[in-house]
Amino acid sequence: MAEPRIVVVGAGPSGVRAAEAVAKAGLRPTVIDEARRAGGQIYRRQPDNFTRSYEKLYGTEAARAKALHDSFDALAGKIDYRPETLVWNIAAAHVWTANGNAQETLPYDALILCTGATDRLMPVKGWNMAGTYSLGGSQVALKSQAVSIGREVVFMGSGPLLYLVASQYVDAGAKVVGVLDTSSKAARIKALPDLLAMPSVLWNGVQLTRKLSKAGVPVHHQITPVEIIGNSETGVSGVRYRTASGEDKTIGCDAVAVGYHLRPETQLADLARCEFAFDAHTHQWLPQRDADGRASAAGVYLAGDGAKILGARSAEASGKLAALAALSDLGLPVDKGEITALRRDVANYSKFARGLSRAFPWPAAQAAALPDEAIICRCEAVSAGDLRAVMRETGAIEANRAKAFSRVGMGRCQGRYCGLAAAELIAAEAGIPVEQVGRLRGQAPVKPLPIAIGEEEA
Amino acid sequence: MNGRFVRLGETDRPHVALHVDGQAVTALEGDTLMVALLSSGGTLRESEFGDGRRAGFCLMGACQDCWVWTENGDRLRACSTLAASGQRILTSQPEATWPNLG
Repeated sequence: MAEPRIVVVGAGPSGVRAAEAVAKAGLRPTVIDEARRAGGQIYRRQPDNFTRSYEKLYGTEAARAKALHDSFDALAGKIDYRPETLVWNIAAAHVWTANGNAQETLPYDALILCTGATDRLMPVKGWNMAGTYSLGGSQVALKSQAVSIGREVVFMGSGPLLYLVASQYVDAGAKVVGVLDTSSKAARIKALPDLLAMPSVLWNGVQLTRKLSKAGVPVHHQITPVEIIGNSETGVSGVRYRTASGEDKTIGCDAVAVGYHLRPETQLADLARCEFAFDAHTHQWLPQRDADGRASAAGVYLAGDGAKILGARSAEASGKLAALAALSDLGLPVDKGEITALRRDVANYSKFARGLSRAFPWPAAQAAALPDEAIICRCEAVSAGDLRAVMRETGAIEANRAKAFSRVGMGRCQGRYCGLAAAELIAAEAGIPVEQVGRLRGQAPVKPLPIAIGEEEA
Repeated sequence: MNGRFVRLGETDRPHVALHVDGQAVTALEGDTLMVALLSSGGTLRESEFGDGRRAGFCLMGACQDCWVWTENGDRLRACSTLAASGQRILTSQPEATWPNLG
């Protein structure tokens, strides 16, 4: 029998651990990753000629980052590694890849999707202006390029990353002029029982807030973003927000990093015809999987933050678990004890993640309150008012129908940054629960391709 | 204005010389095009939909808001393309017009 073909998409924490488990079983997996180097976004590597230490780059996670990079490097020669390659479609047990202008179609017996996450965004008036970045993007700037996104930076949104990136900026010598958190301290206290599932991570979080206060960075809780102010030519000049007690305040700045925790990249799971279900904790539609990562579609396995936001540590465990499930389904021997231990780890991380979603809730009501003139779709500059008008004129209250009429979600980011907020806005306008609005379908190509793409000459 | 991005370290790298809209720009080896352009300027591109200048957004290849062009018309994602000596970059698409909102 020919060797089973296992394709791993993504080379972040889950993809690396999945590939490692497959290689350990004596198979040669194909590992396809969009980045130049493995590590994913969280353990993203700096270019070769940069010299900062692991401690400086990854802080408390330095040892994990190094272990992951070392593990991946040790796989050289044992895997078919394809960096800088996009998987842009999945159909009929094949993946379609693009590397520059070269395209290929690869069959698989098992497909392990480790697609990772992007920032979850809530639009705010003015967020289309130059100088507004996603929170994760602001971290990439620092980690992989040693730059700050501006001279005076505001961090706005919610979630653990808000504090992590703000403190990384402080450590690196950037000027952080404010941290504006939409969540309340009370929510954090209520979430404590779940957060205690991972005391060391919780402790790291507490240390970050201490560091910010020691550095004199103003941190405000329970704020409501009002507007990013500035000029359409020169960009951001400040942030307006409302305090918990209802006062209108403005902070001057030339850059804003915005993010509300993360959202999984599920387009490929969708194209692979995995079933999805609405998750009420996070207000996100998630591809369904069993405890080991098996999706509803045959031969498809889901791991890491691309399946559900459980964090990098969980991603390492779920990546390995998904690989063991795939190997077992292909009739290869696997260690049952190891599977049991990994399941226990993932369950613990899930409890912690539930705590995070309670401590830093998605501020759905902000979408409903967006003023008509606020742009909701950055790609094509479609305003909240345009979307509301489409709803009034066409009666569209289903996500894909509203997209077809309004173009919200049809632009080049394909709804990654507007889709969740647009669904909340539609739900509020129509007076229905957000799950009834549905979810934007994944469409191939999942990212734009060059027009000149073609099969590689043999 | 000066550059939008501020370098916080790793400045001891060889220089690379490129052209952006015909102007000479100096960057450092290992810079992405985005960092090269935003270390010397305030924005990357014009929104095709009439709402002003843009300077990228996600830095991880997901938002597509950092597209720039070569003089040959090839489209590059500035956040994930390395700057290299001799590049001739345009911040608007050659020979293209787009419908604006206005």
